[in-house]
Amino acid sequence: MAGGKRLYSCDLHIHSCLSPCADILMTPGNIIKKAHELKLDIISITDHNSAGNVEVACKMLGDDELIIIPGMEVESSEEIHLLCYFETLEGLQEWEAVVFEALPNRENDEEIFGYQLLIDESDEYCAREERLLAAATNMSVEDIVKKVHQLNGIVIPSHVDRPYNSIIGQLGFIPPELNISVLEISRNTLPEKFFSEYPNLKGYSYIIGSDSHYLDDMQAMIKIGADWLLKITNYLIGR
Amino acid sequence: MIIMKIRDIVSKLELEVIVEADLDRNISGGYVGDLLSNVMARAEEDNLWITIQGHQNVVAVALLAGVSAVVIVEGFEVEEAAVERAEEKGVNILRTPKAAYELIKKLSDIGV
Repeated sequence: MAGGKRLYSCDLHIHSCLSPCADILMTPGNIIKKAHELKLDIISITDHNSAGNVEVACKMLGDDELIIIPGMEVESSEEIHLLCYFETLEGLQEWEAVVFEALPNRENDEEIFGYQLLIDESDEYCAREERLLAAATNMSVEDIVKKVHQLNGIVIPSHVDRPYNSIIGQLGFIPPELNISVLEISRNTLPEKFFSEYPNLKGYSYIIGSDSHYLDDMQAMIKIGADWLLKITNYLIGR
Repeated sequence: MIIMKIRDIVSKLELEVIVEADLDRNISGGYVGDLLSNVMARAEEDNLWITIQGHQNVVAVALLAGVSAVVIVEGFEVEEAAVERAEEKGVNILRTPKAAYELIKKLSDIGV
């Protein structure tokens, strides 16, 4: 891939059928196919508190030019959603083990929360995740940032403009000592509007994620430069 | 001891009925909480769940805990997706402009 001026079309916040709230058609195969249709260069499958469908998605790619960044959307004890991205699948899986330890021991109730489906390499359902993934871990935001950084990952608070499950919604502000510099803004607002409502947050960089739970939600959300892609543990530069 | 029903508190406290599922549900105590993980773990069957949260995950938690109604306080918004889910799954959603503290004092006054 070319460096420097090339911009990559991305959607870095997509839920697969492993997340109970996502549609059962959100299989890695379907997500990859939709990404091609939308001419996306980079995606991330960021399921709630787990990464069970990421490895199989990466295997399905083969020689495909599409890039999948290993990621997850973790829920802190304050019920704040945080996107975590890693350079390698191994890094993500190490983090997943930490998250699983920190999840409450509650079983999913499919009637109430939805299906949590694991997919195999032929894009077929092969197992169900029994632990409820739509739950808060016992790790605070601070814990999560510290631990993810130790594993060479990055943390981006999800949909900070939303009233629910967002760092602003839950805390009312972003703790200044928290070691983050990128925020995710949702499709429900525009960056200009958000930063005019929160002028004190103008120092943060941002990404825009679709938070797709259905195939039709997926879009080319943002364009980012190669710098970030090549050095995933560094933060986004500029907007 | 008189067991109060949802219907009773709706009329006595002039609560707005956003989703009417079964107003004849009995009330057995209450739980105040905006952290869903807490409510999931602590709220009990037939409790009145008092909260400011009006999004659709609230319906899932209400079902799990078996609360008799969700009472949204301070006139907070109840999202359309939450209303739809509540109607579909049969969860009572009520609302009041009062804050939780005030509401609970009134509930206590009428014997809940």
